[in-house]
Amino acid sequence: MSKHTFRIWRGDSSSGEFVTYRTEVDEGMVVLDVLHRIQSEQAGDMALRWNCKAGKCGSCGMEVNGKPRLACMTRMNTYSDQEVITVQPMRTFPVIKDLVCDVSWNYEQNKKINPFRPSSAQSDGRYIMSQEDVDRVQEFRKCIECYLCQDVCHVLRDHKRQDVFVGPRFMIRAAGLEMHPLDTEDRIGMIRDELGSGYCNITRCCTDVCPENITITDNGIIPLKERVADRYYDPVIWLTTKISSAIKTTLKN
Amino acid sequence: MSIDINEIETFDHDVVVIGAGGAGLRAAIECSAQSLNTGMICKSLLGKAHTVMAEGGAAASLGHTDDRDNWKVHFRDTMRGGKFLNQWRMAELHARHAADRVRELEEWGAVFDRTADGYINQRPFGGHRYPRLAHTGDRTGLEMIRTLQDHGIHQGIHIHQECTALKLLKDDARISGVFGYWRETGRFVLFRTKAVIMSTGGAGKCWRVTSNSWEYTGDGMEMAYMAGAELIDMEFAQFHPTGMIWPLSVRGILVTEGVRGEGGVLQNSDGDRFMFNYTPERFKEETADSPEEAQKWLDGDTSARRPPELLTRDVVAKAILNEVEEGRGSEHGGAYLDIASRRDPDYIKRKLPSMYHQFKELAEVDITKERMEVGPTLHYMMGGIAVDGETQMTSVPGLFACGECTGGMHGANRLGGNSLSDLLVFGWLSGLGAKEYISQLTRPLSIDSDDVELARHAAVAPLNREGGENPYVLHEELQSIMNDVNIVRTGAGLQRAIDAIEELKPKLDNIYAVGSSQYNPGWNQALSMRPMMIVAEAVARSALIREESRGAHTRLDFEGEREEWGNINIVVRNAEDGSMEVEQFTRDVPPEHLAEIAYSNLDDLEGGIHV
Amino acid sequence: MDNAQLFVITVVIITLITVGGGISLAIVLYKANSLMNKMKSVPAPDVIPEHGGHEAGLMETTRTDRWWFEPTWTGLGFLCFVIYANWAGFQGEHYWHGSYLSPFYSPVLFVDTVRVGAAPIEHAWFGLWPDWLRTIWPPFFPTSPAWLILAGPLAFRLTCYYYRKFYYRAYFLNPAACAVGAMPSNILLGPNSDQKYKGETALFLFQNLHRFTWYLAVVYIGLLSWDGFLSLWEGGKLFKGEFGIGVGSIILIINPLLLATYTFGCHSCRHLVGGRKNSFSGSIGARIRFSLWKKATWLNQRHMLCAWMSMIWVGFSDFYVRMCSMGIINDINTW
Repeated sequence: MSKHTFRIWRGDSSSGEFVTYRTEVDEGMVVLDVLHRIQSEQAGDMALRWNCKAGKCGSCGMEVNGKPRLACMTRMNTYSDQEVITVQPMRTFPVIKDLVCDVSWNYEQNKKINPFRPSSAQSDGRYIMSQEDVDRVQEFRKCIECYLCQDVCHVLRDHKRQDVFVGPRFMIRAAGLEMHPLDTEDRIGMIRDELGSGYCNITRCCTDVCPENITITDNGIIPLKERVADRYYDPVIWLTTKISSAIKTTLKN
Repeated sequence: MSIDINEIETFDHDVVVIGAGGAGLRAAIECSAQSLNTGMICKSLLGKAHTVMAEGGAAASLGHTDDRDNWKVHFRDTMRGGKFLNQWRMAELHARHAADRVRELEEWGAVFDRTADGYINQRPFGGHRYPRLAHTGDRTGLEMIRTLQDHGIHQGIHIHQECTALKLLKDDARISGVFGYWRETGRFVLFRTKAVIMSTGGAGKCWRVTSNSWEYTGDGMEMAYMAGAELIDMEFAQFHPTGMIWPLSVRGILVTEGVRGEGGVLQNSDGDRFMFNYTPERFKEETADSPEEAQKWLDGDTSARRPPELLTRDVVAKAILNEVEEGRGSEHGGAYLDIASRRDPDYIKRKLPSMYHQFKELAEVDITKERMEVGPTLHYMMGGIAVDGETQMTSVPGLFACGECTGGMHGANRLGGNSLSDLLVFGWLSGLGAKEYISQLTRPLSIDSDDVELARHAAVAPLNREGGENPYVLHEELQSIMNDVNIVRTGAGLQRAIDAIEELKPKLDNIYAVGSSQYNPGWNQALSMRPMMIVAEAVARSALIREESRGAHTRLDFEGEREEWGNINIVVRNAEDGSMEVEQFTRDVPPEHLAEIAYSNLDDLEGGIHV
Repeated sequence: MDNAQLFVITVVIITLITVGGGISLAIVLYKANSLMNKMKSVPAPDVIPEHGGHEAGLMETTRTDRWWFEPTWTGLGFLCFVIYANWAGFQGEHYWHGSYLSPFYSPVLFVDTVRVGAAPIEHAWFGLWPDWLRTIWPPFFPTSPAWLILAGPLAFRLTCYYYRKFYYRAYFLNPAACAVGAMPSNILLGPNSDQKYKGETALFLFQNLHRFTWYLAVVYIGLLSWDGFLSLWEGGKLFKGEFGIGVGSIILIINPLLLATYTFGCHSCRHLVGGRKNSFSGSIGARIRFSLWKKATWLNQRHMLCAWMSMIWVGFSDFYVRMCSMGIINDINTW
């Protein structure tokens, strides 16, 4: 057991400041436990989002010592009791109160993506997919929507290009649909034009902060960029499709 | 101070679904598919409800892994697991429709793990005769809620996020509205509606060691109870045998039954595999009696019987408790769960990735090398709002319920995996039920502004006091009281708990929250104390009445199942004077064809008796 | 001045440029940072005020760890390589020794046999350095065959998905590290310009052509493997010279192997061999794709490591051949 010093941002959409709290930390505690202790002992009205406390729901995203993290998965024994631990709300989204942000923008982005459209099932109503085909997709579906990747993505965080880029979370959502073996929807044009795949400059901060260890950039966004390149930026493919379709039409006639 | 009802932000819907977990989402999708104007109230953000915590899988007799499986075997397992206290019709509907509901998810984009020939893979689980749980690694709940969410947002459902419902409003006997508040601003909100579907989940927060999050305060049960609905089977609260127990701050967090399904074994401090000593008579014939046979089963020998670690949850939880009491507990007072010596590290990481992650991050334990320490944690409420098995409507016209907040489906003990299929089946059915009810409404409904004013007044009271009881402290006190209403109970302890809750009630009337109503967790906590206390009281009172040990309800002073209690359900309702009325309710005689399945032996079922 | 002196002087110059470059880079960053801090006092009208205690601006962060360490070392490391490669390519001399050809100079299209340590004439694909090339060749440039071919590998690396990460971070500071203030898009045009971040949709659209540079890179693996193979015959004379082996041959054989680990782990390669398909099961073709894709994936997960190792090794190969050719190192061999 030891005493730690916390510098927590308290405020709302108009103003705020850092408030310092000192509190006891027991063995095995995570940052979220400490925040709860501060809440119940010193600051009853301190706002923070949390649910499962086990890294499964993705509610308690915030920035601890400047790093986007889940408070429930940030162990206190990674900090010395000498250092002051700074806790802030996520930067990319507007603050509602204290450590809580308005993340509703994300829910709007999800609606932009055309939903799953499966091919028809077998006559017995069942679908067949092999495990190796779905492994790729299942990685993206591990996403718990904590939005830490959205928070850290500099396109949204620093450049505020929410108008043109949906962020890493929804790039991998699109990837999960695009690579789904049963899906028949074509989203390539949408991925470039509405989701903004070109705005990602693959600096991989999303991958670095992902608490589910999803390789967002290399397995999700880059393959999508390559698929976009297939469609729009590959003169060879463009030429071969043109020629083959020309041959087909000539043969038909 | 009185307010004009017109000043409160108001939404008009045909149906309002309260709760956005799996059941709520499935219900809302069905309502929407039935062309109802559907509103969904979501206490947290969308997609964070407790369904995401479900790990093991959804039980459905798809018959992909073992083709001897069919709905009848599933039904029989469910009844036996529930110690024959389940509502017959609900258990039947559940077993019959689970497979279609799971397949439907696949059509909406869910990606379950596959068998070698490409079908949905199924995993063995406690109490299920055959491998039956459609799963996605150990994050099946996440897969399901995300599928429902991503499907649902394109169905025109109006989703009201971070909105807490406080009270159901009625026009005479019928439901006509919902009163609640926005967490973000603390402002009040009114929903005019023709029907309400309650899908608010459980009330685990009444207990200290629980796998439930802050949301699970029994709001739905309380609102329904206050509106005149009945609560049934409240004495049955399921303790999951394997929750984390160390470090203290993570105590209660779930360790999926999938660990045992994949071959994990329980050991005591002597390293003994103690579950072989705890097989109840009823399950002896279907359970392995030696490690060798259990190993054969794990290796895929279908003639071998299942290992005792996969007995029903009540049995395993009590076995662990007994080992601890007899001095053979693990270092921090639980049992050891060992998968490391049973499976190779790659297999563990592939099949149980989030367990691996959870122990690594939270307890600094590598489950591919070391044993986990586990102990019972409050996990699920079998009891809840009583509904009609056919329509899912409560005794209050226009009020429907589905999912964990409902009682009756699981009887005295729920089988693992049955909750995920439960929420799909009954979410769907309650949507159909609501449609049917609404189409028969003949007159417009109105809201009584006095009711609204009363609810508003009660809600702001904690903020308007100069001082009073700290809601966090009150919550702690309630949790301490519930130590007497734990996994093992006595008449004296239950009476003590009931008395203590009575003593706590005046404090509730003097609860105080500091700050404003804007995103104020203290105030939110204060408002959820009443639901928790009502649920706690209902559990304690029901448990005191049931003088036997059955399923999740264990009385030290009345050991063993008693025949006279075998056809009695306990029902709780709000009496006219505001006190809690507890009634013993004699069960209907089961339909003959269902009784035949439930009491038949397996050979007949596997032979496919046609009834 | 003999070769040894020349070498020492060169090394000193490279070190000075590298260290000096690093220091000046740091100064520029620091200056840019303080400039941005000043800019913040006159925010553009539509800038959303920062809440939650976050500071806006270049390299602003609440991080307390050494976040600047990685961009600094990768930035300087790559700079060193670029400087060395340019210097080595600039030489036009000492790229041949015995049977060893420096990878910076392969393939040798034309050779200027007048120069010291040049490849023998029979190794030039098109013979002597032609007169027409001399007339258009910049006067202050030595007739170095490296200039004719270095663009290929360079293009591959510059459009590589790993290098992009590192140079957008280290050189463009966009962002220098995660949750560290990125380079504002209006830095060049001033705080009042409405220049918005465009990522790889505008100027950097060419990054989409990475796959074509990959085809080139595959050709280079063939060429360099051939060089490695030839290095086993004395004088690089296939089947004519005496067969043998030297330290240099080993270095030149490892070189294409490392390059292959980098080239076949390329994201475009992974896409082309199988990633572009949604199904890996069923037909034989699909199963072949799956196995290729899995191998490419394995390498891809180690892409950064392969990128650095292969790059350093290429530089080292040139260095070794150069040192042998200049007589500073005595190659140990069987000849």
